[in-house]
Amino acid sequence: MPKGRTLEPRSKALARQETISAYLFLLPSLLFFITFVIVPMFMCIFNSFFDYTSTSFSFTGFDNYIRMWKDPVFIKALKNTVLIVIVSVPAVMIFSLWVASAIYKMNSFALSFYRCIFYLPVVTGSVAVTVVWKWMFNKYTGVFNYVLGTTGVIDQNISWLGDERFAIWCIILILFTTSIGQPIVLYVSALGNVDKTLVEAAQVDGATDMQTFWKIKWPSIMPTTLYVIVITTINSFQCFALIELLTSGGPNDSTQTIMYYIYYVVFKLDQFGYGNAMGVILAIIIAIFSAIQFKFGSQK
Amino acid sequence: MNANKKATPYRVITAIALAILAVLFTFPLYWIITGSLKDAAAINSVVPQWFPLAPTLDNYVRLFAKPSVRWLLNTVIMAVAAMVLTCLTSSLAGYALAKKRFTGRQLLFSLMVCAMALPKQVILIPLLKEMAFFNLHDTLWAVILPTVGWPFGVFLMKQFSENIPTEMLEAARIDGAGEVRTFTNIVFPMIKPGVGALAIFTFINSWNDYFLQLIMLNSSKSLTISLGIAKMQAEMATDYGLIMAGAALAAVPIITVFLMFQSYFTQGITMGAVKG
Repeated sequence: MPKGRTLEPRSKALARQETISAYLFLLPSLLFFITFVIVPMFMCIFNSFFDYTSTSFSFTGFDNYIRMWKDPVFIKALKNTVLIVIVSVPAVMIFSLWVASAIYKMNSFALSFYRCIFYLPVVTGSVAVTVVWKWMFNKYTGVFNYVLGTTGVIDQNISWLGDERFAIWCIILILFTTSIGQPIVLYVSALGNVDKTLVEAAQVDGATDMQTFWKIKWPSIMPTTLYVIVITTINSFQCFALIELLTSGGPNDSTQTIMYYIYYVVFKLDQFGYGNAMGVILAIIIAIFSAIQFKFGSQK
Repeated sequence: MNANKKATPYRVITAIALAILAVLFTFPLYWIITGSLKDAAAINSVVPQWFPLAPTLDNYVRLFAKPSVRWLLNTVIMAVAAMVLTCLTSSLAGYALAKKRFTGRQLLFSLMVCAMALPKQVILIPLLKEMAFFNLHDTLWAVILPTVGWPFGVFLMKQFSENIPTEMLEAARIDGAGEVRTFTNIVFPMIKPGVGALAIFTFINSWNDYFLQLIMLNSSKSLTISLGIAKMQAEMATDYGLIMAGAALAAVPIITVFLMFQSYFTQGITMGAVKG
């Protein structure tokens, strides 16, 4: 609910005037919001009930929705997407909380320094990041094989992105490096806002660092944790550029994700209605995930 | 490090771990920049050259022989236009949502929050048809307009506008200031840091929004730098020197912008997280 007071209109006529002026302020923004967010959203739902290609457009009811559960590639994409979310969300949360705890008390120079370092992969941009990782993962000229080979971890060069066993983990690793920047910024600010008197009181009473963390800091940064989990989940679900540029879903669909599959179905197979139906399902899955996380997080 | 803290083993290990991680996280960027300066032999050597021993600008010469300046220019135009329009529309709307009482306010706000939680990419596919309908497909507008429609900016500006003391707005009203003057003279100066945060946020995000660009733009005159690199990679997968030069051309300007305005940026991220 909005904090702070709003301007109180003093009479009915003034209230109407207030509403009109409010909508005038909102008008430019609403124009964009409705045209480029709300309308496409409804179009997406609407089109999902049609057999919609560049040559046909006919109502088919729930056919697209039924079809996807029989589509082995969709099932694989769903499994992979869930795997990415299940691995990357806790990893991002724990790692960024650890980094934030380690840096939030530093002086402002060191703090900005580390914040920037961990934000760099995000700012660099998905394409620039992806192309350099592709080179680093290269079977012959990549640094990974060289470092792991010379340190004796592997005895022969591995085609990281071309091997079903490794490709998805490579994607998860890159996704991880581009996902932790924002959570760290959020955690640093949340930890800085933890009531210092509580922390000091606990320390006076002889609480260890661990106890202070779990009993005082952890509960008070809970809203941030929740937010971090939700944005990381959404981000992981939407992982696209990495897949498109590194593996195109291969080898053998081992890195196929829902987002990439939607793109593939729409742009390579020209199945517009089917793609939209999968989009609707993806949106519903994300909504359910977010709702569960909120429900779970609001129980103290 | 805090001087009055003892150097416990845990702290020492943390400091070392952080330093190592800092190196690892900067490595891809380092590898882009040094890679862009290496010749083919250094790029393709099995033993990596950790530092370019014979730096060359040859990759850049080849990069600029392509329409890369055009790509960069397109990207700048796109990001600046998205930024200006977003800041303008969002600061007006955010103020109205935070400070005015009107019918439909709660509904509108809930709608915007829900829209933000939905995967943006899903609506981009119908958006493509919409852009074709407006005859804007394959123009920079097809990327700019959806970026402006995304409600995050309104949400952020609402958070900032809530800090405006209502007494000041009432005083302005009593003094007979109209809506427009109240906004330009009182509201805008107070939410300026918020507008700064939103500006930098929108600029960086739209610069890097690869999926939207990929779907909307395809002729070589309208490519952005991200698309340009992706195209080069598709055509010459192992010409890493050239691709790294492209990656550097895309990344260095945006990183510079980020470093210059990073305090605004940090503020934008934290304010955007506070739930209304």
